[in-house]
Amino acid sequence: MQQLADSLIAQGMFGANPPRDLIYALFIFVFSLIVFLGIAFPFAGIVSWVERRVWARMQSRCGPNRVGPNGFLQWLADGLKHICKEDLIPADSDPALFKFAPYLVILAFTLPWAVMPFSSQLILADLNVGILYMTSVTALTVVGVLMAGWASNDKWSLIGGIRSAAQIVSYEIPAGLSIFPAVLMAGTLSMQGIIKAQGWAPWTWFAFSNPFTFIAANVLYISALAEGNRTPFDLPEAESELVAGFATEYSGMRYLFFFAAEWGNLFIIGAIITTLFLGGWQFPLISNNAVVMNVLQLITFNIKVLFLVFISVWVRGTLPRVRIDQLMSLCWKYLVPISFVDLVGTAAWIAIWPSGNSVAPWIMLALFLAIVVTFLRRVLHYFRRSKMELYLSPTI
Amino acid sequence: MIAQAIFYVLAVLTVGSSAIVAFSRNIVRSTFALLGAFMGVVGIYVLLAADFVAMIQLLVYVGGILVLTLFAVMLTQGIADVTISNRAVGRLPALIISAVAAGIMIFAVFRTPWRQSARIIVAPTTYGIGNAFLGPYALPFELASIVLLAALIGAVVISRPLDRGVSNRLSNEE
Repeated sequence: MQQLADSLIAQGMFGANPPRDLIYALFIFVFSLIVFLGIAFPFAGIVSWVERRVWARMQSRCGPNRVGPNGFLQWLADGLKHICKEDLIPADSDPALFKFAPYLVILAFTLPWAVMPFSSQLILADLNVGILYMTSVTALTVVGVLMAGWASNDKWSLIGGIRSAAQIVSYEIPAGLSIFPAVLMAGTLSMQGIIKAQGWAPWTWFAFSNPFTFIAANVLYISALAEGNRTPFDLPEAESELVAGFATEYSGMRYLFFFAAEWGNLFIIGAIITTLFLGGWQFPLISNNAVVMNVLQLITFNIKVLFLVFISVWVRGTLPRVRIDQLMSLCWKYLVPISFVDLVGTAAWIAIWPSGNSVAPWIMLALFLAIVVTFLRRVLHYFRRSKMELYLSPTI
Repeated sequence: MIAQAIFYVLAVLTVGSSAIVAFSRNIVRSTFALLGAFMGVVGIYVLLAADFVAMIQLLVYVGGILVLTLFAVMLTQGIADVTISNRAVGRLPALIISAVAAGIMIFAVFRTPWRQSARIIVAPTTYGIGNAFLGPYALPFELASIVLLAALIGAVVISRPLDRGVSNRLSNEE
């Protein structure tokens, strides 16, 4: 951003002796607005529609298909409906905290976009501690959720809030530890630095560079789903047990804030994993034109992120919710030890092969493809055996 | 100029939230006000160009300690109607102790030769911190981790239902 502002100042767009600080601030403000109003919140809305459509097809239903082409404008209709609803605040609640909680959750959702590396130049701030910033600001969500749970003065909300706190605090440990293998490989905490340490080809991605990072990428995805309160880890808002968990007493726009943040967080989860393990925006250098390259990188980054978002929708449509004790034992008995082994193993790997092993990426990639092929073969086997009729047309 | 204005905003946020922590009659509100104090400190660290420390402050204090405190406070019985306030308890000793503490702090603030750099140098600090931890300060760093490990083991030992463990072991032996 600063380079762009500097080049515009040099062209004399802001007069002869411009106030540089204010112009930088203006640039950051304008680009933040573009990112939030153009990307973050529309994404949260559209993914809510995509999710309902995809689930519906997975469960032999139609899903929302009335508003706009294929129901595409459903998210706008939902938003409008929630704005028009009455804003109820329970009489026995703590009104100040009750009103403040959704803002905290939205704040935790908007802050990570500052270091979102869309392409080699499209990034608001390439912080030196980018990935650390991303993981620490998302930790604000849990405070908002706890505040909502307590301020509602409702047993369901309180249990939802406490469950959420226990879950997020637990899963932050494997998630945090799984970030560090990639940081060790790259030798930097900056988002752009980590991406630049990888290449465009899958065998240069950190996910496949050694067995430990391969496992770390998977552990990070599972932990990130749990931190984002996604099924199969959505115990804080388990409908069958807690009505809507911490959001039970909320209505209208405040309710929507929680769920906009939850859906929007899918993009952030995808972006963290894409940046750390899947090569980020890296694209083969086919043009010297900076604009063309940036657009190609933007598309690459978004395709990777949206694929991970689709996987999480798929998981939500497929797996049942886990019990709270299963949730805790998965985290503390399996993911935490595994991520410790990953961290130490990656460090040892770097100590043995400081410039990287040339064979391991191919073996890991072959292993990954073998897993994918096995999965596809099993799916096809069930398709053939059950002789089901497939309605593959996405438009019903 | 702008930096100074931002500093005063952050200072007001930190001190104001701390005042709520100290004076609020509702203990849950006190705990939530800690968020403002922690965030103010994060802002001051960022203003001092201490990027790594700021992020760790956010991660450890907001993501860890604040949540654990909230967890403990919310699980306490009858927390909503806490009417016991410590205003009437031990006024004189409290006054003496806080006066002495405040005196020491004011004395320290005025006696310390504050060195001020001519301009703020915004440079990465992570490398320096990492090298210091694994180089000259390796021993203090390891000692601190041993203390933390001991605290963790202690917490596990205290929270574990010891009686059942012992009786199970006895019944297994029989």
